[in-house]
Amino acid sequence: MTYHKRFDGRAFDEVRPMSAQVGIIPNADGSARFQIGDTVALCAVYGPRDLHPRFLQNPGTGILRVHYNMLPFSGHGDRVRPGGSRRSKEISMVMQNALLPALNLKAYPNTVVDVFVDLPQTDAGTRCAAITAAAMALADAGLEMTDLPCAIAAGRVEDKIVVDLNYEEDSFHDGCDIPVAILPNTGQVTLLQMDGEISRDMLKEAIGKAIEAGKKIYQVQKEAIKNSFAKGE
Amino acid sequence: MADEHIVKALAADVRYDGRKKLEYRDVKVEYGVSKSAEGSARVSIGETVVMAGVKMELTTPYADRPNEGNIMVNAELLPLSSPRYEPGPPGEKATEIARVVDRGIRESKAIDTTKLCIAPGEKAWGVLIDVVSINDAGNLQDAAALAAIAALKNARLPQLSEHGQIDYDATKTDKPLPLEREPVEVTVYKIGEHYFIDPLCTEEDSADARLTIAVTEKDTICALQKGGVGPLTVEDIDHMIGIAQKHSKQLRKAL
Repeated sequence: MTYHKRFDGRAFDEVRPMSAQVGIIPNADGSARFQIGDTVALCAVYGPRDLHPRFLQNPGTGILRVHYNMLPFSGHGDRVRPGGSRRSKEISMVMQNALLPALNLKAYPNTVVDVFVDLPQTDAGTRCAAITAAAMALADAGLEMTDLPCAIAAGRVEDKIVVDLNYEEDSFHDGCDIPVAILPNTGQVTLLQMDGEISRDMLKEAIGKAIEAGKKIYQVQKEAIKNSFAKGE
Repeated sequence: MADEHIVKALAADVRYDGRKKLEYRDVKVEYGVSKSAEGSARVSIGETVVMAGVKMELTTPYADRPNEGNIMVNAELLPLSSPRYEPGPPGEKATEIARVVDRGIRESKAIDTTKLCIAPGEKAWGVLIDVVSINDAGNLQDAAALAAIAALKNARLPQLSEHGQIDYDATKTDKPLPLEREPVEVTVYKIGEHYFIDPLCTEEDSADARLTIAVTEKDTICALQKGGVGPLTVEDIDHMIGIAQKHSKQLRKAL
């Protein structure tokens, strides 16, 4: 079958409208809001702070803990039961791996940096939005970073490679979804997952398109961080 | 130390942020802040921000109330919202907030649960209200109660499919929930001989006692919760209720 036109009318490599802000949670050391289409991620960073119990402390480096959480009313269908799931545990772990290569936690021995991402509204692409928001919040917290990770999904719907799938495309019966996190300055990939089925050639093309789209997200992130300084925060 | 300092300041009718004892910070209600929910709202009181979302489910009525649907309130103190909160199941504070919000709504009969019944004894709507903290700068209780009512006001019933299941792919109906009353909650705090409302976190920590009072639009009281170890006299209670009735108007105006 041929996918002629995207369900929401976008070009095949077009990402949904984005908006980003940092410093949205006064209590946090760093925070950010990132919206892409109808998916909204809120992120707060607390730390570097004391790590308890003490035996978890590492004198060689600080550690990163990421907590991904869909709010109970944020799902497309029924209420999401609070309290974490196998899914949220896995996403938290892969997010940690996606963010760590950009952080120099050796500068903060014995401490922990806690990253909390909560999603009040979702329309697919939540882990990518979460990573993008988390990177901005980490920068807003003033942590030593070598890059600003961003993330976006590419995928296949029928015979076409598409970028930034929405719920309708993500749940389409013939296709696949490939979330990719990128270090924009090196072009390296720090998160890669996929479900669905795809050929080797199409996969390569899809990852290439995700990296291309990542550059646009990186611009939005940088702009939001710059704006916070313009306001004199 | 902090306590002593707060008492001295209150005696001069000055708060840490410059307010008077009986003065709310700016109260703002925004509706429809989550498209994923059947109804939602964000409430800010000063720097305190909470969100509430309503989800609907189809349930079987309880055996002793075959003609009624039901409601549930849950609160989460997100670790995102304060360095004081940690991941894990709701603790005492979150549970108390949820239960006191629940009582205000339930006991004022804010929702006519008989109108949630679809087929007596067989099928009825369950209204699931979740309140979460986004930034805790004090007074989550009043903010949570206000957000819950605002989200209920904003909610529309989802579409039912031919087989009588919720059809989430269809757009919501324009049918609101059977919301008959709009209770709001005002928590009055006491330190020494001073009463005050809308505390900052440090003021919450220093208070001797507090009384949360749910007030209806007719100025009747539909739920109470005393907190803190300090005892209250009957005169204290009556005085605090007067304060809550007066200042509930400001919260209601924001709705």
